[in-house]
Amino acid sequence: MMEIRTPKTGKAKRVLEQRAPKQVETGKKTLILHGTKTSATVSSVLMELYQLKKGGAIKYSRRNENIRPFESGGETSLEFFSLKTDCSIFAYGSHSKKRPHNLLLGRMYDHHVYDLIEVGIENFKSLLSFSYDKKLAPHEGSKPFICFTGEGFDHVQELKQLKEVLTDLFRGEVVDNLNLTGLDRAYICSAISPTKVFLTHCAIKLKKSGTIVPRIELVEVGPSMDLVVRRNRLPNDGVRKEAMKTSKDKPKKKLKNVHNSAVGGQSGNIYVPDQKVGETKLPDKSKGLKRERRERKLKKEEEGSASKKLKESE
Amino acid sequence: MDMETDQQIYQVDVGNLLAFNPNHQFPSAPSSREELVNECITEGTKLVQAVADVLFNFPSTETSDGPIVQLPPPTTRLPREKHLPRPKPPTKWEEFALKKGIQKRKKDKIVYDEQTDKFKRRHGYDRVNDDNDVPIIEAKASDEPGEDPFAKRIEEKKKKVGKQEKNRLQNLRVAAKAGALPSHIQLAATSLPISGVKAQPKKLGKEALGDVAGLAATSTASGGKFDKKLPGEKPPKKQGKHHKYLPVLPSYRKDQNKCIPVDEEKEQTNKVLSKIFSKHSHEILNVGKAINMVNEKKEKKKSGRSSDKLKPKKDITKKKPATTKA
Repeated sequence: MMEIRTPKTGKAKRVLEQRAPKQVETGKKTLILHGTKTSATVSSVLMELYQLKKGGAIKYSRRNENIRPFESGGETSLEFFSLKTDCSIFAYGSHSKKRPHNLLLGRMYDHHVYDLIEVGIENFKSLLSFSYDKKLAPHEGSKPFICFTGEGFDHVQELKQLKEVLTDLFRGEVVDNLNLTGLDRAYICSAISPTKVFLTHCAIKLKKSGTIVPRIELVEVGPSMDLVVRRNRLPNDGVRKEAMKTSKDKPKKKLKNVHNSAVGGQSGNIYVPDQKVGETKLPDKSKGLKRERRERKLKKEEEGSASKKLKESE
Repeated sequence: MDMETDQQIYQVDVGNLLAFNPNHQFPSAPSSREELVNECITEGTKLVQAVADVLFNFPSTETSDGPIVQLPPPTTRLPREKHLPRPKPPTKWEEFALKKGIQKRKKDKIVYDEQTDKFKRRHGYDRVNDDNDVPIIEAKASDEPGEDPFAKRIEEKKKKVGKQEKNRLQNLRVAAKAGALPSHIQLAATSLPISGVKAQPKKLGKEALGDVAGLAATSTASGGKFDKKLPGEKPPKKQGKHHKYLPVLPSYRKDQNKCIPVDEEKEQTNKVLSKIFSKHSHEILNVGKAINMVNEKKEKKKSGRSSDKLKPKKDITKKKPATTKA
C-alpha cells in the first residue's frame, strides 16, 4: 500500500520546489567537511574556503569517521549529507601519515558522487598573513574572475579535471546581468609542474587607462597555497553523458505570430481584443462631475460663518 | 590589434569570467617562492585584463549602482547538478481523452444557480447545485422502505471521493515510476509489499508506551514506590486512594438566598443506621440471594470432603518406610 505525503507548511513546499530538478540551473552549493583528524593547515584551509564561498556553502564542524569516497561503501554518508543540504560540490579535509594535509574535492550528480580529486596542501599562507588596504577587500558573494595558466591544464589528465572542479567550485552562480563595479576578486591557478598547481586569491584594482577598459591591477589578499595532485577518479562515461545534457539540446518552442523575412526584417501580428465601448463604465468621479476646490471652500466658509453667527446669537 | 592577438592566445569564457592560457611556460625554474608568485600574478593580471577587455566593451546600461552589462551564457561545459526534469506521463483520464478526442474547455468560475436565482461559485463552499441546499428529496417508486435518502446521498458522495483518491494515487504511482513526481509529493509505503493487503500492526505511540512502562513498574512488592524512575517514565495511572473520607464538619450550600448546612458524613451514616434499625429491617435483606449463598456454602463443604479423598495423604508416605522395616 502507498501513502501520499505532502508538506504541511507553505515554507516546506517552497523549499522542496527549490530543490527539485530544474531546466536551467544557476549555481551549486558547497559542503565543507572534516575528517577524523585534521591538521591546523587543513582546518584553516577549510575555514577560509568557507569564508570565500560564504552564501553558497555549508560547513559542518563535526568530525566524520566514515567518509572515504575512494573506497566502496565509503560514500554513503557523504551522499546522505549532500541530499540533506542540497549541496553538489564538497571539500573534505583530512590529515594522516600517508597523506598529510589532504583536501578532497568532488562533485555530485543527482546526489551521487560524480568525480573526485585529491590534493595535498603545501606552502599554505592564510588570509590573515596578508597585509593590504582593507578597502580593497572583496565583498561577500561577488562574481570572481578565474584564470588558469600553464600547459599542464591542457595535457595532464588530472590537472584537466582539477581545472574543471576548481572552475565549478569558484564560479558561483551563473548570472545574466553583471554590475561592472562589483568586480573585485580573481582566483589565479597556475600549473607549476605536471602535478603541482599554485592557487591564490587576489583583489582587483581598477585603474584609469584613458579608454573604456580600465587597467587592472591585482593585489594578493590570500589565501594562497600549492595543490599537489594525489588520487583522482574520473566520472563514469554514462553518467558524464547524462550530466552534460542541457536544456539547449532540446528543440525550441515554435514562435507564434512572428515572421522573419530578408527584406522586411522581423514583423509580428498583434491581436487586439474588441474594445466593448458600450459596456465600459465611466469612472465614478470624472472631472465634470467633481466639485471644484474653490466651490467647496466657499461652501465651507459659508457654513462656518453661519455657525459663528449662531454662537454669537446665543 | 593587441586585443585580437590576446584572444587568439587565450581561451576566454566571458560567461564565467574565465580565461585560460595554455601556452605559458615558466622561462626558468624560479629561484625563490616570491619570484614564482610574482610571475604567476603578472600572468594572471594579463588574463584578467583579457576578460575585462571583452567585458567592458559590451553595451552597458547605466544605473545608480553602476554600469550593468548583459553576460553571454558560459561556454565551458560543466556537469549538471541534477537530472533534467522528466516529462510527466499522461494520467488515465488524459489517455482516455486523447483516444476519444475530448478537449479541455475553459469553464466559468461563477455559474447561474436556478434554485436560488443567484450567481454562485462552481466549486467549493456555497456552490451551484449544492446537494446540501436541497431540504426535501422526492420519493421514488424504486426507493426501499426504511432507507434514509440523505444518508444514502452522503454515502454515495464519500464513495465517489474515495474512488477519485484511489485513481489519483494510481496516477502518481505511474508518475513516480517515470521519475516525474511533482516536487512537493512523496510516495511512502505504508506496509511491506510482501504482506500484501494486510497493513502493518501499528507501533505503540509515545503515550501508550509510557502508560505500559508505568504499569509494569507497579509489579514489584512495593508497587514500584522505591524503584528508580527511567528518564521520561510516567507515574502509574491509578495510584491508591479508593476510600473517600467525607468532611466531618458541615459545609454550606446556597439555596435561594439561604444557607443550608449540609453534613454529608452524618447523612451517610444516618442512612446506613436507619436501614438497620428501621421497622421493616428484614426487607433490606435479599432473601433469594441469602438462600443461594447458604446453598453454595453447603455444596462447597460437601465437595470439599470429596476432594480431600483425592489428595495424597501425608500419613501414607510416613507409614511406608515403617512397613518396609517390618
